[in-house]
Amino acid sequence: MATDILMPALSPTMTEGKLSRWLKQEGDKVSSGDVIAEIETDKATMEVEAVDEGVLGRILVPAGTEGVAVNAPIAILVDDGEAVPDATASGNAVAEAPKEKSAVEQAAAAPAAKVPQAASNAPTKSAPAGRVFASPLAKRIAKDAGVNLANVKGSGPNGRIVKRDVEAAKTAPAAASKGAAAPVAPGGFISTPLSSMRKVIARRLTESKTTVPHFYVSIDMQLDALLALRSQLNKASPEDGPDAFKLSVNDMLVKAAALALRRVPGLNVSFTEDALIQYNDVDISIAVSIPDGLITPIIRQADKKTLREISNETKDLVARARAGKLKPEEFQGGSFSISNMGMFGVTSFSAIINPPQAGILAIAAGEKRAVVKGDALAVATVMTATLSADHRVVDGALGAQWMSTLRSIVENPIALVI
Amino acid sequence: MSTTEFDLVVIGGGPGGYVAALRAAQLKLSVAVVEANHLGGICLNWGCIPTKALLRASEINHLLHDLGQFGFAADNPRFDFQKVVARSRAVSKQLSGGVAHLLKKAKVPVFDGLAKLSGVSGKKRKIEVTLKDGAKTVLTATNVILATGARARALPGLEPDGKFVWSYREALVPEELPKRLLVIGSGAIGTEFASFYRNMGSEVTLVEVADRVLPVEDEEISKLARTAFEKQGMKVLTGAKVGPLKKSSLEVNVDIEAGGKTHSLTFDRVISAVGIVGNVENIGLEGTRIVVEKTHIVTDELCRTGESGVYAIGDVAGAPWLAHKASHEAVMCVESIAGRHVHPIDATKIPGCTYCRPQIASVGYTEAKAKAAGYEVRVGRFPFIGNGKAIAMGEVDGLVKTVFDAKTGELLGAHMIGAEVTEMIQGYVIARSGELTEAELKETVFPHPTISESMHEAVLAAYDGALHF
Repeated sequence: MATDILMPALSPTMTEGKLSRWLKQEGDKVSSGDVIAEIETDKATMEVEAVDEGVLGRILVPAGTEGVAVNAPIAILVDDGEAVPDATASGNAVAEAPKEKSAVEQAAAAPAAKVPQAASNAPTKSAPAGRVFASPLAKRIAKDAGVNLANVKGSGPNGRIVKRDVEAAKTAPAAASKGAAAPVAPGGFISTPLSSMRKVIARRLTESKTTVPHFYVSIDMQLDALLALRSQLNKASPEDGPDAFKLSVNDMLVKAAALALRRVPGLNVSFTEDALIQYNDVDISIAVSIPDGLITPIIRQADKKTLREISNETKDLVARARAGKLKPEEFQGGSFSISNMGMFGVTSFSAIINPPQAGILAIAAGEKRAVVKGDALAVATVMTATLSADHRVVDGALGAQWMSTLRSIVENPIALVI
Repeated sequence: MSTTEFDLVVIGGGPGGYVAALRAAQLKLSVAVVEANHLGGICLNWGCIPTKALLRASEINHLLHDLGQFGFAADNPRFDFQKVVARSRAVSKQLSGGVAHLLKKAKVPVFDGLAKLSGVSGKKRKIEVTLKDGAKTVLTATNVILATGARARALPGLEPDGKFVWSYREALVPEELPKRLLVIGSGAIGTEFASFYRNMGSEVTLVEVADRVLPVEDEEISKLARTAFEKQGMKVLTGAKVGPLKKSSLEVNVDIEAGGKTHSLTFDRVISAVGIVGNVENIGLEGTRIVVEKTHIVTDELCRTGESGVYAIGDVAGAPWLAHKASHEAVMCVESIAGRHVHPIDATKIPGCTYCRPQIASVGYTEAKAKAAGYEVRVGRFPFIGNGKAIAMGEVDGLVKTVFDAKTGELLGAHMIGAEVTEMIQGYVIARSGELTEAELKETVFPHPTISESMHEAVLAAYDGALHF
């Protein structure tokens, strides 16, 4: 009997997602537990497993389709030899698959692609394939042993995870991690299941470092003028009250980078397969370290904001990021990133681009160094900053030009307050 | 001449073999069965089924002698023993005919005769069949399932002699009710015959070499069973050594050592129920890579033997010697031949039932075995005396015992004795197969009033405490 394969929900709040690819083709035989497709949202990619066996009769939603509603039929599964029906098993006539968006529409949509619609709080009806099928005993043993069932392949009826699967995952942690080499550690080790954030970090950064051709431009900047301005401005803050502020060096560098992006907009871009996306706004993502990973809250239109606005907004975002209370739109999107490790005293480092952005600025510690002024040695507070840029859309000269613009703003910081 | 080429030939038409053939037919394999005696095998013809028919009669006889508690009176209830036996045979015949009908409906040809493996022809195996009329025919098949079953073990000196010493086979078709009966071996077979004959009125002595009756069951259950048997007037000797049978023209004298004493006893008949041996002879195993150990064919978890394409299921492939294990292996084995993904059988999820009075049923680990396996256990017990339905039925002698893994809540085992427990054990088997924990069992609503409520209570007893005891 023909059955519909439905779009699964990856999380209780998910209402739609992208069907990124099909791993089975029409006419392929499918056994329960086979991975037939991959579904993607901003936060995760998940495999869709067949629950029943049969033949993949018809693919209703082609690979690469965005915005597929949860519980919408994505394919029809039929028995071997059975004719593929004209209607989905749920009775709906097979609709034309959503047409590919035109190149123009795609281009317009691309920058927004990272900005999800406000997450709906309405619970979705069900999450069929998002659910992990495991016996109660398997669930309990997994919980006690800290085994993440999402990484365990089920060997029970219809691919259900049973006790023996969890026991196997417990004793051979790497065996469950799908193909990764088993760690060899004569002294033993502790295996901690990956958090979903860690998985997203792993996936996105691997994707970035393996698919985005990075190049790096480093430059030294003298900070003395900026530090002087900072202390001058901070003295102007009221002692207390709503108008009080305390600018950090980072706040000023955010503004400086935003201004540099406005002056040299060639870095405020994204690469897509078909087009170069030039963003209208300068939205700076700030990398914030949080206990189980990192997150990048965004200062939107940072070039148009005052230092005080940037400073207060950053404090609020960082505090809520560490409390895990950011809304998706506060950390998804952004046109450029800044990662600051100056507080750790590092001399320099290079960062991995946060796709689909084309650049990230890595800021090291400002330290007193000997510099040559005129023909004499002098002492200055110097900071090494390193830009990582996507060579597909940013060429070396452009990267250098942007860095030199940034340095000129930092070293002549009056621009930050006009 | 019908076709002689098959995807699968099944040797043996018992609960392993005929189920294998039916499943193979469902999966569109061409399949044939070769059966030497009766379709349905020992189970239908000389085991499970005819004994149940006899035990039903003995239960009725027991009730007829216990009518007073229900307010009835019947003077001198009698039975015609030959009719009791004849009914048992009729039941077997009906079911064996049913199997023939099922195979016919599934268009599975049945060859009445003895089959043996006889080499290969190309990629196919040859099976030589000697038909009942002596004619020979050769079948070829890609796969062969050996499901030849087992028979009673004949210990030296205890061989069936056609007069005093019976195996289960003779014990099923007695000409008359023996007055004094010795049953050697208190496994399921021995215990059921002891129970049948005792409840029909024979004086029965049940002897067991181990230190308790039904030695595979949980110790508490064995103890309760013994108490119940003795209350019924059965003589039970455990840790017993049976001396040579001294047969005279009318009776058998035997010395049995037990408990440091020698009992010199006299019997009219002796039932030997000291285990079974696999039917591994004359089926062409010689010269193949099929390994036989202790009269059973060695197989892996998917019933494969040492020869590719040759499988062995059921009693001939080893313990537990249970029809339902054979049938389950049959389905698994055939599905695996058909290329389906299958799950090996876990012996700790196979229930065992003994239909003596009181009935005994169990699944999984006994308390002692669970501890020996390293589990820290939580044990729950609930006696039938706390169960309303059991009291209403007049069946208050019974106990349900559960054994849980204290760490994970896994139901490691369940052990029951009392009325209807053989019909109830499946609940715990489902729990164990589905890997339910105590949490799901506690949350399950059991119907009231049923004896099965004591199963729920036995779970509660292992944790928060039973409500009704």
